[in-house]
Amino acid sequence: MNRRSFLTAGVAAGLASPALAAGEAPACAPTRGTGDLGLVIERASGSVLIVDTTTRGVVSRIEGLGDLSHATAVFGPSERYAYVFGRDGGLTKVDMLACRIDKRVVQAGNAIGGAISDDGALIVASNYTPGGIKVFDADDLSELASVPAVGLGGKQSKTVGLVDLPGRRFAYALYDANEIWIADFSAGMTPVLTKFHDVGKLPYDANVTSDARHFIAGLFGEDGFAHIDLWADKLKVERVSSGYNAGREKLPIYKMPHLEGWAQSGGSLVVPAAGQHEALILDLDTMKEQGRIALHSQPVFCVARPDGREVWINFAHPANDTVQVLDIPTRKIVHTFKPGPAVLHLEFTPRGHEVWISVRDADRIDIYDVRTRAKKAEIKAAKPSGIFFTARAHRLGV
Amino acid sequence: MTLRLDIAVALAVIAATASAIAADRGNELTALVREDCGSCHGMTLKGGLGAPLTPDDLAGKDAASLASIILDGVPGTPMPPWRGLLSEADARWIAEALKRGLPQ
Repeated sequence: MNRRSFLTAGVAAGLASPALAAGEAPACAPTRGTGDLGLVIERASGSVLIVDTTTRGVVSRIEGLGDLSHATAVFGPSERYAYVFGRDGGLTKVDMLACRIDKRVVQAGNAIGGAISDDGALIVASNYTPGGIKVFDADDLSELASVPAVGLGGKQSKTVGLVDLPGRRFAYALYDANEIWIADFSAGMTPVLTKFHDVGKLPYDANVTSDARHFIAGLFGEDGFAHIDLWADKLKVERVSSGYNAGREKLPIYKMPHLEGWAQSGGSLVVPAAGQHEALILDLDTMKEQGRIALHSQPVFCVARPDGREVWINFAHPANDTVQVLDIPTRKIVHTFKPGPAVLHLEFTPRGHEVWISVRDADRIDIYDVRTRAKKAEIKAAKPSGIFFTARAHRLGV
Repeated sequence: MTLRLDIAVALAVIAATASAIAADRGNELTALVREDCGSCHGMTLKGGLGAPLTPDDLAGKDAASLASIILDGVPGTPMPPWRGLLSEADARWIAEALKRGLPQ
């Protein structure tokens, strides 16, 4: 199908269901802005969809990105290029306007996400095998640095929870070594490393608040979080909310909770509790637990609506057909609904008027009006997982 | 068509050699392993936060002990006990399928 006939077909089909059959790869219109574009991971087929949040449609499907289970993406500051981090160590630079792969490298055996420096120049990948981080030139993906993650015990560790901090710095946790490191590349490609030891057992993920002040790692091996106040003169790690499972059974966890997209709202932070049907509310001023919200099941993502008023939550297998909406002022669940089997991710449009939800086992993205809760459109997608809109380019702690 | 036949044959072999699992259940378990176990072990089972589970990686382990890990988990690690969601026959089927190489 040529470009003209695709566009015509898109108009003819209307905005609600511009479905794209597998294997079709229409050319896209390069003269346009990218602020309302996004990228949807099709985890099983190694492909991504470029999507348009204005038309609620698919612009193009791009194939050949390798194993995209648990894939994530970041965007360069122009919002033209996406950097997709695959499970198989693949790092793919996608041109969102030309709808093609601009560059691709396989940088590790087994990887878990990445980040981009505040100046947009450095792409950093977090790796399981071999553990550590690697730094790449955002332009041509040439390797600029490799920082092994060897903790005090002398063993290579998986790295998790990598985030970018202002000043060409990156923070991440060493899962097997119970450490948190901050790598500072402001003076060159040999980083200044600040290491925190004994932060708590098995840090499994981490994130930073949108003001780049609070770095928090979730701990799997104990009930709590490791927190660093990055605005402090002297950085130190403190435990937060230790013992939230105390006196009750820690339930089996069939999908690890994620801190990505965590819900920062006013002076509070809503985070998933590991092993409970609960979200925890932390006070960002005191870093004390303010409350616990009983939920449908074990939360995976607690994502704040962009204005912070609500937090939308999805759940772990086998209760992953449901989404709940938590109202922050009243701290009550105000809406519960079932988009379909295996809700893996949700992403709000930049100003929060709509939310896109990936329903993996229905091979579908559902788009809801956030205020009326009504479904506005469905998009066909093959086993969709992560949804990433370009507005992430200009936000910290996403 | 050939692929479907191959799967049918494979399932028949599995049914004959291991626990009796209906073909539909086998398909469900295969999807479960790839999609849900895959969130830690990788969709291609080459590992992630969890250990790799390819036939090579599992060569030294017998199916019975793998099945008991599936059912009871590994304390101190994120590997949860699946007892309650999976039967012993399910776990045994998964263990043997992993050792043989999970159907695509």
